[in-house]
Amino acid sequence: MIKIKIRKHLIAAEGNMDLAIDLEVKEREFITLFGKSGAGKTTILRILAGLTQPDEGFIKVGNEMWLDVEKKINLSPQKREIGFVFQDYTLFPNMTVKENLEYALENKKDKGVIDNLLEVVDLKELQNRKPDTLSGGQKQRTALARALARKPKILLLDEPLSALDAEMRSRLQDEIIKIHKQFNITTILASHDLAEILKLSNKVFFLEKGKIVKSGKPPDVFTKDKISGKFKFVGEILDIQKNDVVYILTVLIGNNIVKVIATETELEDLKIGDKVTVASKAFNPIIMKV
Amino acid sequence: MEYTWQPLILTFKLAFITTLILLAIGIPIAYWLAYSRFRFKFVIETIVSMPLVLPPSVLGFYLLVAFSPVNFFGKFLDSFFNLRLVFTFEGLVLASIIYSFPFMVHPIQSGFQSLPSSLIETSYTLGKSRLKTLFRVLLPNMKPSLLAGIVISFAHTIGEFGVVLMIGGSIPGETKVASIAIYDEVEALNYGTANFYSLILFAITFFILLTVYFVNKKYLKPF
Repeated sequence: MIKIKIRKHLIAAEGNMDLAIDLEVKEREFITLFGKSGAGKTTILRILAGLTQPDEGFIKVGNEMWLDVEKKINLSPQKREIGFVFQDYTLFPNMTVKENLEYALENKKDKGVIDNLLEVVDLKELQNRKPDTLSGGQKQRTALARALARKPKILLLDEPLSALDAEMRSRLQDEIIKIHKQFNITTILASHDLAEILKLSNKVFFLEKGKIVKSGKPPDVFTKDKISGKFKFVGEILDIQKNDVVYILTVLIGNNIVKVIATETELEDLKIGDKVTVASKAFNPIIMKV
Repeated sequence: MEYTWQPLILTFKLAFITTLILLAIGIPIAYWLAYSRFRFKFVIETIVSMPLVLPPSVLGFYLLVAFSPVNFFGKFLDSFFNLRLVFTFEGLVLASIIYSFPFMVHPIQSGFQSLPSSLIETSYTLGKSRLKTLFRVLLPNMKPSLLAGIVISFAHTIGEFGVVLMIGGSIPGETKVASIAIYDEVEALNYGTANFYSLILFAITFFILLTVYFVNKKYLKPF
């Protein structure tokens, strides 16, 4: 069990913000911190890793106190047994893929671990390449394997896939699931990608301006306002035309121009240039693979 | 035309020893300057940069006064360590270290500062100490900066004149480096000998720098 109760005053882009978090994570759970950028996700991960200091609070992992501001306990990042995967990979440019993994080893004799990890993330063939010759996905797989080489108690993933394209993202999500199962490791992911969260995590904490506003199983948390039986878009009316008994509205939604039908009563207080919500029931959509 | 190789050998010996010692003390100080959040860091930065703007004769004059066995510090060194720093090679080394200090520290400091801090943080989260991070991650990824520090310090020490003149004088084989020898020869109207020293100094420094820039070009490629 990991217990985190912390408070930190942050000076963010949109002004001052109080990060105040109180949460528990069970062992081997896969949880996600969800929220807009600037909500405090990364700061929480950094505080867990010991890279940022909170103003008050404590972190307890199992029976070990990692941090207690009041009692002046503060384990250094080196002693916290975490694996941290940064958004921008942070591979060491002077080392090959294999050397990056070896660097992370606690015991130099554990070479078997490296071979196994290279196998898991499918990097055997690229093990002697330097990071700057790798693609984004390959880099992130190296970073993931490197974070695991130390056999950490907690794996912290800070938006690890946000810089990758959709296909690579999906592949790496599968790999993360595989790793989580195989290594039985408590994993905390920071993400703002709904699909990713639904696919990966058991539990999600919904962060808004430094506070947890909702938590629970991902489908439950997102059902109310995020997932519904409707498509809903906001757009701007470009044109209104009468056609027999109905009206045809031309609406700009994002970069698409859409024509929709409206009745006279719907049009009563609408004019060109108004912002409108266009919604449709989703019981019979046309779905095509892209 | 009479000449000896001695001043040239002395010059390169001085530059070599100075650079080696500077590298050893320049790295920790540059590291500290790059990462410390000490409130009065700017004062230390000012002191480190002083030799950049101070006339060498000012520096040489104060070192001469400080090292003189007539005065407290010089007397102390003389009686406790049997070390005399005025008009000796050891004194030249110390003066050169002070004089070339910013030329070693500045490139290394900016090398540290140009590395993303996330590299350090990653190394820490992988359980590695500061020292291991420094030697395995930071220094190998800033080779061009290290090379720049080494070469500029070396070249700057070769080009030294004012400081050496003040505290070293012109003792053959001990403190008479090439730049001083050239000056002496010109004073004595031996233009041929002066030209001999100058030409060799010119050629050697040119080829050192040429090699460095050539190597650096190769180094920089994989990054």
